[in-house]
Amino acid sequence: YASSHCIYFSGARGLGTSPAASCPKVCIVGGGPAGFYTAQHLVKTRPDVQVDIYERLPVPFGLVRFGVAPDHPEVKNVMNTFTQTAQHARCSFHGNVSVGKDVTVQELQEAYHAVVLSYGAEGNRTLGVPGEDLAGVHSAKDFVGWYNGLPTNRDLRPDLRCETAVILGQGNVALDVARILLSPVDILKNTDITQPALDTLAESSVRRVLIVGRRGPLQLACTIKELREMVNLPGTRPEMEASDFECIAKMLKVLPRPRKRLTELLLKVAVETPEETELERRNSAKRAWGFRFFRSPVEILPSDDLTRAAGIRLAVNRLEGEGEDVWAVTTGEVEDVECGLVISSIGYKSLPIDPAVPFDPRKHIIPNTMGRVQKCAAGLYCSGWVKRGPTGVIATTMNDSFDTARTLLHDMDEGTLDISTVKPGSAGVTTILEKRGVKPVLFSDWEKIDSEESKRGEARGKPREKLLDVGEMLKVAWT
Amino acid sequence: MLDELMVEIPCISIGGKIKTWTPNRPGRAISIHSALHSNSLRNSSLEDKVTIHFVNQAGIKTTTTVTEGETLLDVVIKKNLDISGFGACEGTLACSTCHIIFDKTFYEKLEPMVDEEMDMLDLAYGLTKTSRLGCQITVRKWMDGMTVQVPQEVRDTVGSEGSQ
Repeated sequence: YASSHCIYFSGARGLGTSPAASCPKVCIVGGGPAGFYTAQHLVKTRPDVQVDIYERLPVPFGLVRFGVAPDHPEVKNVMNTFTQTAQHARCSFHGNVSVGKDVTVQELQEAYHAVVLSYGAEGNRTLGVPGEDLAGVHSAKDFVGWYNGLPTNRDLRPDLRCETAVILGQGNVALDVARILLSPVDILKNTDITQPALDTLAESSVRRVLIVGRRGPLQLACTIKELREMVNLPGTRPEMEASDFECIAKMLKVLPRPRKRLTELLLKVAVETPEETELERRNSAKRAWGFRFFRSPVEILPSDDLTRAAGIRLAVNRLEGEGEDVWAVTTGEVEDVECGLVISSIGYKSLPIDPAVPFDPRKHIIPNTMGRVQKCAAGLYCSGWVKRGPTGVIATTMNDSFDTARTLLHDMDEGTLDISTVKPGSAGVTTILEKRGVKPVLFSDWEKIDSEESKRGEARGKPREKLLDVGEMLKVAWT
Repeated sequence: MLDELMVEIPCISIGGKIKTWTPNRPGRAISIHSALHSNSLRNSSLEDKVTIHFVNQAGIKTTTTVTEGETLLDVVIKKNLDISGFGACEGTLACSTCHIIFDKTFYEKLEPMVDEEMDMLDLAYGLTKTSRLGCQITVRKWMDGMTVQVPQEVRDTVGSEGSQ
């Protein structure tokens, strides 16, 4: 793949004439799936475009590395295609560069013909209820970041010395958290989960996980694969309220296939009497999990000394509306649940990166039309979660990134995007960074980190043992 | 090794498809049946080629000849067909990017879907009633001349609202 492109395009990096000084140059901000898929499509479609990816961390791949659960290694296979893209002659990766701080978006626009913002969603939605700041309350983003080795979350130190954990939200991230909390350590110990997380989970007292949603079973947000994994999780049994499922069975025949299958599985697990072997298995299981529907958080209740979470007060809801458009309305009733750990999994949230980039403060995305940023001069694009909002799997982001790339290429073809001037590209940015004492981590430097992590992992029977500290990453990168 | 497999896995004789991977192990999903079949074909005529036409997201058709026993994902990768983002999870039923659309007559002859395929297929972009995941479809002689396609890209004109 890479070599055939080198032959076709005579401007291979490092040889003779450098990529024609006048070739179109695109800068991508963010080295996660959106950034890589956008780069991939651009480089593949136009034989003259040079694409540079800038990433704040020394390591690439974003949520593929820091979000996908450790026990889902197949999902991480996309790193192979991203690696091919990074190693392409007309693509380069620059880690350890914080756009908005080390270099401004305006400076990038001066150095490149186009800038694509693909920096995702590093914030999270807040509950907005009293007690949210108590010890024992974490966002799913932080909890997932912790067990996946995100440097910012290294010192999270979640306290798992409680029996019950309550997760607010019922999407796939919530199910990931539930599964990691309840998985036998024997399963986790051969994954790329961080060692500190593994040690903490090995000492965990958590035996019961409730996954709470505002609406009902027909609005369950997770997908069937993740539900199956919970159902089949060794050493666990499901515990749900049959009353949550009244009137659900008769809806089955009108549901579209994906929703129908999900609901069938849910009903089977929650309501049906299991046959003998399953009944025995459940009776001997020491850990329990269950969905609770029609419940919204009202307050996180403090311990006697007021320092930590000791329970959660939930408002009981009923539904109004019809079909797809159904919303929760409080009934006035409340219910208190004793718990020592509360994980809020109600959504990630993008943040503005630079005053030069328009940002919608209500939707928390960059305003755009098909990836072309609105309300600003030409040359600014966006892809991934910062463009559409923080939902969807890698495939969703892939299609979205291809869409943005197509828009950008279309603009190049039509002349809406002026590529006739000569731009300095990464050479220009490198000069700026040098002046500011910032040294980028190149892809070959990341490969040293990758190799070190794999080596350390091998000693423990894990695919890798992640470095948890930016300083350590840089040290290995620049040896 | 072939003989050992034939003895230890009797359901081969009724054409059962067997997964050799466990959900939490990285690596490709392969069909024992097809692996056996392609091994046995090594001794038979190399003219047993199957012609398949692939239509990519831009509507461009490519014709390729392949041997029985490979999956459609294998074909796209090995023949380096120009289909964007195909097979992201490398055949492990962890994504839906190898989504392929068949003509009804061919679709009805395919081996039935297992739950795990349907779980992922149901999340695919542009899902149709004759859709399958390419990593689970093994090339067979009767597919000779078949045309398959991936969802067509939606390309609105400048200024109109988003695609998908």
